[in-house]
Amino acid sequence: MRTSKVVEKIQPSGIRAFFDLVLGMKDVISLGVGEPDFVTPWQIREAGIYSLEQGFTSYTSNKGLYKLRLGIHRYLKNKFGLDYCPDEEILITVGVSEGVDLALRSIINPGDKVLVPVPGYVSYGPVTELAGGVPVYIDTSKNGLKITPALLKKHIDKKVKAIILNYPTNPTGVSYRRKELEELNRILLRHKILCISDEVYGDLTYDFEHTAFPTLPGAKKNTVYLNGFSKSFAMTGWRVAFACGPKDIIAAMTKIHQYTIMCVSITSQMAAAEALASGRKSMEQMKREYDRRRQFVTVEMNSLGLKCSRPQGAFYIFPSIKGTGLSSMDFSRKLLEKEKVAVVPGTAFGPCCEGYIRISYASSMDSLKEALVRIGKFLGKRE
Amino acid sequence: MDEILEILEKDGRASAEEIAKMIRKDPAAVRKSIRKYEKEGAILKYKAVINKDLVRDSDSEVRALIEVNILPQKDLGFDKIAERIYSFPEVTSCYLISGTYDLLVVVEGKSLHTVSNFVAEKLSCMENVRGTATHFLLKKYKEDGVILKHKTENKRIAISY
Repeated sequence: MRTSKVVEKIQPSGIRAFFDLVLGMKDVISLGVGEPDFVTPWQIREAGIYSLEQGFTSYTSNKGLYKLRLGIHRYLKNKFGLDYCPDEEILITVGVSEGVDLALRSIINPGDKVLVPVPGYVSYGPVTELAGGVPVYIDTSKNGLKITPALLKKHIDKKVKAIILNYPTNPTGVSYRRKELEELNRILLRHKILCISDEVYGDLTYDFEHTAFPTLPGAKKNTVYLNGFSKSFAMTGWRVAFACGPKDIIAAMTKIHQYTIMCVSITSQMAAAEALASGRKSMEQMKREYDRRRQFVTVEMNSLGLKCSRPQGAFYIFPSIKGTGLSSMDFSRKLLEKEKVAVVPGTAFGPCCEGYIRISYASSMDSLKEALVRIGKFLGKRE
Repeated sequence: MDEILEILEKDGRASAEEIAKMIRKDPAAVRKSIRKYEKEGAILKYKAVINKDLVRDSDSEVRALIEVNILPQKDLGFDKIAERIYSFPEVTSCYLISGTYDLLVVVEGKSLHTVSNFVAEKLSCMENVRGTATHFLLKKYKEDGVILKHKTENKRIAISY
């Protein structure tokens, strides 16, 4: 075999075939998209264009443009009172995806365990394996899709090096209040377990203030905080994000980053700096729009008999389809074939998510309304 | 601005029931607010935004922005004369503005001829109108926050994590 054992061990995604089916179909209303339906706000795009006109086409320092790191420093200071040094504690990455990879590779020794709550984002497990670690999945499906202190404790042993948290959560839209996070943090500190906190949806938190994990007592030294521009500023295609953490870990991450990536595209970094400087208002507008859709879709889904609690963040809702008697995959496939509405089967996010589907409400209100009518028809609830 | 107005400003067809779901309020309460806004005149009317480039035989194929210089009237200022101007059905918008002229009047008509006639025969010869400058509109790109382009193509891939 020419390809490495570690790569061979990673299971190919079981729902690739379903994705291909969606991609091959025309006139589908897709509620299966994991990115904003908005285009990057114009002033941010314009800053990217202007930087090209000005001839900013070179590499930047490995850590990223100082002006962007300074902007991030200020943003975190204003928003959370967090003080990360732009020189040594902030690194610009190619999306949070790279941040997760760098953080894991920086801390894992062969055989170290990493706790991964599921349902969760699909990359955490495979990336842990690529880094030589062993992912330990924590099934939250019987705990309201949330990790609880008891559940956390149950999975801790001497080999556990880190946990990956992601809140608001893709695919569930679940988030945590400060009190809940405090309890989790106490346990992590007691057992010397590092926290990799993917908070890329943090700005899209609706019912309460988002708590950044490093703001918890004693957590800053123990946390790699990951955030980016993709979701909040509708900048997925720019691939720009940042990692903040203790000096030693950021230095280790920078070492890997400098040899593998070198630096993030300068155009994207310039645009991201503009997003921080002037994008707040556009972001708030998009957030308000998501919030309305969230309320609307939650009510509609429940009235169609697809039970779900109101998500608190991101732009996903994770209803149970158990009442239909269909598996997630059958439900999604039939809905696609009969009514041309695409959703993501829950099982894409781990085997424990059988009986759920992920719906993204990052779609215009008109498409959502139409999609809900079609889902109603599919379920025999509406004519 | 109240969220109800914000939603209706974007989509005048949103029903009270739908708005109620979006903002987690009782439909009856939303209906009541809307009625109140309508009564007070905060909501004046509901209409469709039409891209007239795509409509044939429109009565408003030609549009002109007209700068009007006015001699204000004693005690009445600009209001009286503005009223005489905006009462013409050809006038679709009328603003009092600061700067080198006084009123900005938007006029619509079926042809260049109709619009010029209106300016020459109605507007210019009106008492207290000292002068006009007519700018014919060549192309509309954006109006009232709406970009006048047919549906933009979807650039996202249809399904992703």
